[in-house]
Amino acid sequence: MKRENKRSGVFTRRALLVAGGQLAALGFLGARLYQVQVEEGARYSTLAEANRISSRLVAPPRGRLLDRFGVVVAGNRQNWRALLIAEQTTDVPATIEAFSRYIPLAESERARIERDLRRHRRFIPIVLREFLSWEDMARIEVNAPELPGVLVDVGTTREYTFGPHLAHVAGYVAPPNDADVAQDTMLALPGMRVGRAGLERTHDATLRGRAGAVQLEVNAVGRVIRELDRQEGTPGRDVTLTIDAALQEQVLGRLGEESASAVVMDARNGEVLAMATNPSFDPSLFNSGVSQAQWVEWTSNRRAPLINKAASGLYAPGSTYKMVVALAGLEAKAITMNDKVSCPGYLDYGDRRYHCWSKGGHGMMDLRGALKNSCDVFFYEVARRTGIDKIAAMSNRFGLGVKLGIDLPGTRQGFVPTRAWRAGQGKLWNIGDTIVCGIGQGYLQLSPLALATMTARLATGRAVEPHLTRAIAGAAVPGGKPEDWPSLGLPERMLSAVREGMWSVINEQGGTATIAKLEIPGVQFAGKTGSVQVRNVTREQREKGYKSENLPWELRPHALFVGFAPYDAPRYAVALVVEHGNAGSAAAAPIARDIMADVLQRDPARRTEPPRVAVRS
Amino acid sequence: MALMQRRLIRAEADFGLTSKLWRVNWLFVLLLCALAGVGYVALYTAAGGSPEPFATKHILRFGFGLVIMLTIALIDIRLIARLSWLVYGGGVALLVLVLRMGHVGKGAQRWIDLGGTLWQPSELMKIGLVLALAHWFHKASWERVGNPLFLVVPIVSALVPVVLILKEPNLGTAVICAVISGVVFLGAGVRWWKVALVVAAIAIAAPIAYDHLHDYQRARITTFLHPESDPLGAGYNIIQSRIALGSGGLWGKGFLQGTQGHLNFLPEKQTDFIFTMLSEEFGFAGGISLLGLLAVITMGGMMIGLRCRHQYGRLVAIGISTNFFMYVFVNIAMVTGSIPVGGVPLPLVSHGGSAMIMVMIGMGLLMSVHVHRDVEFGNEGEDQ
Repeated sequence: MKRENKRSGVFTRRALLVAGGQLAALGFLGARLYQVQVEEGARYSTLAEANRISSRLVAPPRGRLLDRFGVVVAGNRQNWRALLIAEQTTDVPATIEAFSRYIPLAESERARIERDLRRHRRFIPIVLREFLSWEDMARIEVNAPELPGVLVDVGTTREYTFGPHLAHVAGYVAPPNDADVAQDTMLALPGMRVGRAGLERTHDATLRGRAGAVQLEVNAVGRVIRELDRQEGTPGRDVTLTIDAALQEQVLGRLGEESASAVVMDARNGEVLAMATNPSFDPSLFNSGVSQAQWVEWTSNRRAPLINKAASGLYAPGSTYKMVVALAGLEAKAITMNDKVSCPGYLDYGDRRYHCWSKGGHGMMDLRGALKNSCDVFFYEVARRTGIDKIAAMSNRFGLGVKLGIDLPGTRQGFVPTRAWRAGQGKLWNIGDTIVCGIGQGYLQLSPLALATMTARLATGRAVEPHLTRAIAGAAVPGGKPEDWPSLGLPERMLSAVREGMWSVINEQGGTATIAKLEIPGVQFAGKTGSVQVRNVTREQREKGYKSENLPWELRPHALFVGFAPYDAPRYAVALVVEHGNAGSAAAAPIARDIMADVLQRDPARRTEPPRVAVRS
Repeated sequence: MALMQRRLIRAEADFGLTSKLWRVNWLFVLLLCALAGVGYVALYTAAGGSPEPFATKHILRFGFGLVIMLTIALIDIRLIARLSWLVYGGGVALLVLVLRMGHVGKGAQRWIDLGGTLWQPSELMKIGLVLALAHWFHKASWERVGNPLFLVVPIVSALVPVVLILKEPNLGTAVICAVISGVVFLGAGVRWWKVALVVAAIAIAAPIAYDHLHDYQRARITTFLHPESDPLGAGYNIIQSRIALGSGGLWGKGFLQGTQGHLNFLPEKQTDFIFTMLSEEFGFAGGISLLGLLAVITMGGMMIGLRCRHQYGRLVAIGISTNFFMYVFVNIAMVTGSIPVGGVPLPLVSHGGSAMIMVMIGMGLLMSVHVHRDVEFGNEGEDQ
């Protein structure tokens, strides 16, 4: 019994202690209740008995996208709309019915409204109709007594100044889905949009801002009597792009009707000045949902308007790759700057014969001559001596086959083969594969953006990364200065040897692209052409199966051109691909010349304000 | 001591159905009926002045719950003790089941569909945990409880459900489980410094655990600290609740006159925020009265523990009462914006069937302790 006494005594003491603690906690709640109800309650008690307090969110305006000179690329336009707040009407279907007597609602609109009503809480306004005319608004206001819970307010809608011309860069916005709303409840507000592609997507968080809240006193029918409290939201911040929108339009003009893409970069810091893709699409169509018919049209178009060919289109680089092969050979000491290779028009290796594009051959070729004439045999030999892995390593240093730092979603990194990759497939690497790589064919797959990056790095010797963002809310982002980028670590004499070869392509009698010579006195363009036979390149072909007797347009080789200018003080790099444009020298070089002429004339990298020149639209 | 002077009930013959009914604490039952009556009023007003769809169902459920409670009250506490670990095992099994195939709601798996109603196995688990711990400590002497090795089994038994509930994830219920276990440990005579050690360990682990919380749980904590930061999401509830409470003032707006609630500004007014609804209409006077009623019921439960003559009953009573207390505390602290929103209903007042039945089962156990407070059941505290 003694033990039991000890035990029950302990229990009694402790139970009393716990009970005391519980009473204290409940007492704290009572005090808290007094504080909330009586002390703070005085703040609300001045309100008239019939009125109540409603808290509403104020959507922040979405930040704008500006081009490098501050021209609005994506902005907001006023949008008068009719909203319905479900908790302020007693009969939601009847209100919608009454509304549709004044403003007819289509079946699809009703379905959307019902879906929104199901998805959102009752105090969140639902959009009944956007883009109201003055007449519509008058009709709603006059009949307001019949439309409880319906209110007209002004919101914003996204507007793209340059429409299709910058669609692939700016991207587009679309209504948020359930997952977006779950992440950020503010998106449930009417008219909110989410960046779905391009820089709208990259900078979505920056552009979105944060909602503010107002506490309103409302009367029995939900009419606002006065504002009690307001917390300002944060408007979305503006993002300044590196793009020169007027230049972008000029570049698109130069591309004409071709299915083509071009990238213009500031070679010293990697700023993308223009990224043009033809054909394109109207980004504002996504704003309120794309129709099925429109979608079918886009996706069935063999020129693929939704694909940003400049960043996501992959092509064999062809002869534009030869500079990288040359540098790999020079660095590996597989060749010297003065080594000569004899070109009889072909190279025999193993049991295969590899042809030069010139049937008769080029004779004895050194590096400079081989670049000038685009001699294939020379680069077959350089590639054979250097080996694929060293070529791949050099490619990677030039931004080829690696992930670029570009701030654009959906960019494809392309592909440069290695022995290890082939071994991963369980196959042995063929020297023959190395040989065709020497002229940019075989397994190589690169985007125009990667080729532009390569050209910029060749021109400046710095490992610049292409980028599209120049400033956020007016504050410059890192990467705008040449010193922000490290050196490639290649000896200047090697780089200048290659640059000299590129100079001779355009500026020396007999070069493959003398047509690209600039007519601007004192400024010289250096570049390289490329033509690649089409093999498994377009999606269209993959679907149909490749047959050489198929449509002629499909069969023509792609025409490529890369180049930089001015030769003596490189500033701008350009890369251009004309799909099925035939020879690079005939189809791509003249366009590249015109683009470069436009660029040099505008000189956007050196200006803080756009030049006053009439822009061809 | 006065308690010890009562006659120990040794023979079954002494203790028939009538004498058991006589021993039921009818005052306590009356208090529960009063609480359910408050629930009826609250749900009547929540439905905008109509017994449908909440109030009638509520009172029918309470009637059913009362029958269950009285039935359990008449079951011999010694039989219940024998089933303790079975209930505990069942709770753990259901928790595992719910993790594997439970119904997902609000980002967590914590419901089980049973005949059309959703049950939270964690509710059963809390009762099972109390019973199991009480059973373990029932025959343990003061000296034996002092042996650290003796505490290994109860600590593991408490940790298993806590971890399982955390995995659902349901932070609130896991914390409640831990608190209840702590109180039972205390009542059983675990030394203070050991309890203090565990509390200190939890205090240190909390910031680390915060990193592993689900996003929505973190959001709740940040929203609690700054409700204005998310006025459309979780903060909305807190803001609206405080506006409604504040507009109630000292005497309230009167029955059926609560405007915030009736205009649907108040979320979940028939469940988690029912206290707000009532306090808007009946003011601080009504709110503090209800709080008083809840305090009396909690203390009544503790009282039953104090009057019991066997350790098992004492520990069950203190555990069940603490469970009830935690419901009350978390709910009212939540609606007054004193702790992060937890999704805990107000017992016997909030709308919701499964929660009420579980509360009444707990009350039944409490009452069985009371009815069998003097039975011969290891009262000497001897080790086996």
